[in-house]
Amino acid sequence: MNHRVCLKVNGEARDVEVEPRLLLCHLLRDELGLTGANIGCDTSQCGSCTVLMDGKAVKSCTLLAVQADGCDVTTIEGLAGENGLHPIQQAFWDNHGLQCGFCTPGMILTAVEILDRNPCASDAEVRHGLEGNLCRCTGYENIVKSIVAAGARESA
Amino acid sequence: MYPSRFDYHRAASIEEAVQLLGSVEGAKLVSGGHSLIPAMKLRVAQPTALVDIGRIEGLSGISSDEDGLAIGALTTHAEVAASAAVKSACPGLAEAAAAIGDIQVRNRGTIGGSLAHNDPGADYPGAMLAFGAEITAVGSNGERTIAASDLFVDMFTTCLDETEVITGVRIPAARGTAYLKHRHPASSYAVVGVAARVATEGGDVSECAVGVNGVTGCAVLAGPVSESLCGRPANQDRIRTAAGRVGESLDGAVGDLYASAEFRVHLAEVHARRALAAAASRAG
Ligand SMILES: Cc1cc2nc3c(=O)[nH]c(=O)nc-3n(C[C@H](O)[C@H](O)[C@H](O)COP(=O)(O)OP(=O)(O)OC[C@H]3O[C@@H](n4cnc5c(N)ncnc54)[C@H](O)[C@@H]3O)c2cc1C
Ligand code: FES
Ligand code: FES
Repeated sequence: MNHRVCLKVNGEARDVEVEPRLLLCHLLRDELGLTGANIGCDTSQCGSCTVLMDGKAVKSCTLLAVQADGCDVTTIEGLAGENGLHPIQQAFWDNHGLQCGFCTPGMILTAVEILDRNPCASDAEVRHGLEGNLCRCTGYENIVKSIVAAGARESA
Repeated sequence: MYPSRFDYHRAASIEEAVQLLGSVEGAKLVSGGHSLIPAMKLRVAQPTALVDIGRIEGLSGISSDEDGLAIGALTTHAEVAASAAVKSACPGLAEAAAAIGDIQVRNRGTIGGSLAHNDPGADYPGAMLAFGAEITAVGSNGERTIAASDLFVDMFTTCLDETEVITGVRIPAARGTAYLKHRHPASSYAVVGVAARVATEGGDVSECAVGVNGVTGCAVLAGPVSESLCGRPANQDRIRTAAGRVGESLDGAVGDLYASAEFRVHLAEVHARRALAAAASRAG
């Protein structure tokens, strides 16, 4: 039996009918056309599918769409504001924080939570915070640099 | 990857969840879903129905009094790790929660789900044993309180019956607690995790317990450790001797490609020494 799911995605109210087994990442990508959350491993390891649910970073490949009923979801598409890129997006741009870009939406959304908790997060704290996000290209150096730089700008 | 088809019920109360578990054939509870959904995607688990208790009011949160902590079953690992009450009443428990998975996993996974799942690589079971936790569960036969040592039966097996829902956990206040882990670099689960509790009276160790997860199929209490530490002040030598006896409780240690059984036992003794030292210094 299908279930009705009402949620907010990037500030917009959405009302969809889904099969209980539909994963949140598939709702976002296939039904709502928001392909920013990438599916990398599909086994809860890589974090490329990370979105914010009620402000918390979660792996959308490991959530049922029905579990997101009533929640406020932010994907990478919804992060930039009227004044342009989000400071973390800008910092990734400025510090060459990506190469192929596949991991980047997940990295940035996880970084939102890391800096929410502590805008002055150190290199080591940022690395620890990114435990659930894998990057096959950059070697992480510039990702960490970008996040630390964004934090420094926020707290300045 | 898709799970196989299932029906979905969202329970509004514990009573409704218990009733659904008793009446819907093949139904399984889901809390955070961070053990169950990966298993369903791999089709290792194929429940025909899910009973979602994730939204039940009052099942989440942490309260503390002089005796200790009361933690609701739906409390996430992130909440336990960040809680000032937990850090002060039982610092080792906050360390165990902070050692679980990654930010995203800790935002979704719940203490009730972890205890019910009893994964051999999970971090909470050893801590529950060492810290003397009591688990409350409600089922078709009413409510009961279960000692952690009775809850964990075997790998992925607890003493809960099919209709029982864990509603909360009580943990006695204990400053002298610590949890240390060797995490698997890929999965992040515990290759070895050691929880230690030390209480002192007039400078002597009055109580001491070590719980180990990750080494054997089911978490264990390392009994001989307390024998060799109690009744005298804790010092480096005695802690070393006590920790060296942890292996005596680790019959049936499991080995895999990453760590042999012998290496796991060795890691358990090294971690026990460090965790006991940290717990003893906190106990004062
Ligand atoms: C990538 C990844 C890494 C992880 N790393 C770690 C780690 O390092 N350490 C660690 O300890 N864990 C780890 N986990 C597991 C995680 O902690 C899970 O959240 C936890 O084991 C289960 O909690 P849950 O709320 O998600 O349970 P669910 O997945 O919802 O349920 C698990 C099982 O328990 C049952 N159940 C759920 N709630 C209850 C209840 N209240 N009463 C009775 N039965 C119930 C369900 O029916 C199911 O059988 C990891 C998970 C992932 C995806
Ligand atoms: S695709 Fe979700 S964690 Fe890798
Ligand atoms: S930039 Fe390619 S995976 Fe990270």
